[in-house]
Amino acid sequence: MANALELRNVEKSFGSVIALQNINIEVEEGAVTCILGDNGAGKSTLIKILSGVHKPTKGEFVVAGAPADYDSPRDALDAGIATVFQDLATIPLMSVWRNFFIGNEIKKGWGPFRHLDIKTMKEIAKQQLLAMGIDLRDTNQQIGTLSGGERQAVAIARAEYFGAKVLILDEPTSALGVRQSGIVLKYLLKAKERGVAVIFITHNPSHAYLVGDRFFLLNRGQLLNRFERDNVQMDELTKAMAGGRDLETLTQEIEAVRGR
Amino acid sequence: MSNTTDERVRRASVWTTVMRRPEVGALLGAIAIFIMFSFTDTTGNFAKLGGVAGWTDVAAPIGMVGIAVALLMIAGEFDLSSGVMVGSVGLIIGMLVELFNMNIWLAILIGMAFAGGVGFLNGWLVVKTKLPSFIVTLATFFVLKGANLAFTMMVTGSVRVTGTDQAPGFQTAFNLFGSTFNIGGVDFQISLVWWVLITAIATWVLTRTAFGNWIYAAGGDANAARNAGVPVERTKIALFVTTSLTAAFVGVIFVLRLQGMQAGQGVGQEFYYIIAAAVGGTLLTGGAGSAIGASIGAALMGMAYIGIPFSLWNSDWTSTFLGVILFAAVLINNFIGKRARGGKR
Repeated sequence: MANALELRNVEKSFGSVIALQNINIEVEEGAVTCILGDNGAGKSTLIKILSGVHKPTKGEFVVAGAPADYDSPRDALDAGIATVFQDLATIPLMSVWRNFFIGNEIKKGWGPFRHLDIKTMKEIAKQQLLAMGIDLRDTNQQIGTLSGGERQAVAIARAEYFGAKVLILDEPTSALGVRQSGIVLKYLLKAKERGVAVIFITHNPSHAYLVGDRFFLLNRGQLLNRFERDNVQMDELTKAMAGGRDLETLTQEIEAVRGR
Repeated sequence: MSNTTDERVRRASVWTTVMRRPEVGALLGAIAIFIMFSFTDTTGNFAKLGGVAGWTDVAAPIGMVGIAVALLMIAGEFDLSSGVMVGSVGLIIGMLVELFNMNIWLAILIGMAFAGGVGFLNGWLVVKTKLPSFIVTLATFFVLKGANLAFTMMVTGSVRVTGTDQAPGFQTAFNLFGSTFNIGGVDFQISLVWWVLITAIATWVLTRTAFGNWIYAAGGDANAARNAGVPVERTKIALFVTTSLTAAFVGVIFVLRLQGMQAGQGVGQEFYYIIAAAVGGTLLTGGAGSAIGASIGAALMGMAYIGIPFSLWNSDWTSTFLGVILFAAVLINNFIGKRARGGKR
């Protein structure tokens, strides 16, 4: 399949601090690309480059085969790159359908009397969520009354409906329980089935292993490792992520403490 | 956590839907206050047209600006300069007439332009400096309060401007903004019509337009709104301008009705606007509220102002009464809101 986006030798520095270095990433259409990294690995900076918040200091950012130069998140959004931030995706006190169409409202009427086409928006929101497997009878309810997983799902459905070709999910499962995480991963796979290039950013290797097709490991601003689905095992991924030897040492240390 | 996705989203009953409305607490409160004063009333007039004309006269100016302040509060910001702006614009119009014998319409236009400019400055400063609007508009409040007095003293040598009715074109403006109309032998202030009109427009904007959606979003979660492509900054600035312009409009009404203006006019009124909004179910942290609620809050205050003297109670206690109402209303709103939302948030 074609590459939806690529980073080639990308570097990002803030003054004398080098946040990212030598980053080479290819993201395919209709696949889930996982970017794994512990806290401080540079995941946030990477997301901000992909979503148009920052520009890379060096290197190339290629979207659908053409070099990309975004000045704002709006530019990235217009190019079909949508980001779902873990806590910042929805507005709790607003209804589901208003959340679904926020910033992209459907309007009717003319001149100063242009107003929201509420009926259409409610119908579309309901259908789109149903396609995701969320059966809401009342899209008028406040989105804050939905569970964390469902809220993420609404954000994913919304991004897809508004033409996202690349969907970036920033730690979508980190604040969720096991079952809710499962729900989000299910929706993530549904997005993949529809041909969306999904970028799943997480520090949880078991979640990544469940859905990922390709894995990039980020550590201290550099790409540490890269795996394809067919040639990696779960424990390998965990080990690589925690920095191999570090984890072994840590395991020994913990056992020593427990042994006492 | 439940096992299915839809067992927790039972169809909301009509009752829940009604109780979810942010203005329901204020409405119940207003009905209770109305019934109370109807009984304690010693003049026999409170529940009649004459009484209604009385309390709507008090409520209209509070309601008009209260609605604008409510919209701003829904978007998560305050405007403490909204009260003093009523005075500023009235004084500007009065002074322009006194100094240049200016046509009243031109003077009104200049007064409105001034208010629009200050509103824009308020909004721009809040958005650019990221300082709390409470502080920014508190500063504007004091700057204007001083300027109102200083300029009035400079121009007239006293603390008030008078003789606005001498302005060319006064009568047409007065008919539109300052006159009364008769229903069943009782004179109602025309400001009542403007109040109803502004309530209707604000409600429509808030619930039926994209801009209304952005107001809720900006106050509900500015970051999420920004991520979804909502122009949060522009929305907030527009609301600061609207609030200033609405206050200016009330200033126009007063200067025409009183045919002059005191230098201290409007100072302190900003709190009445905030009370109207808060009693009407507007969340002080932003993200929820309604225009009708603010109007009901204003009506409730108007009833207290008329009802207390009608009941032959000592009207020195009016503010105390309003304070208790404010506290009770916000407490009840909070309680109802929680219940209707199913305990979350």
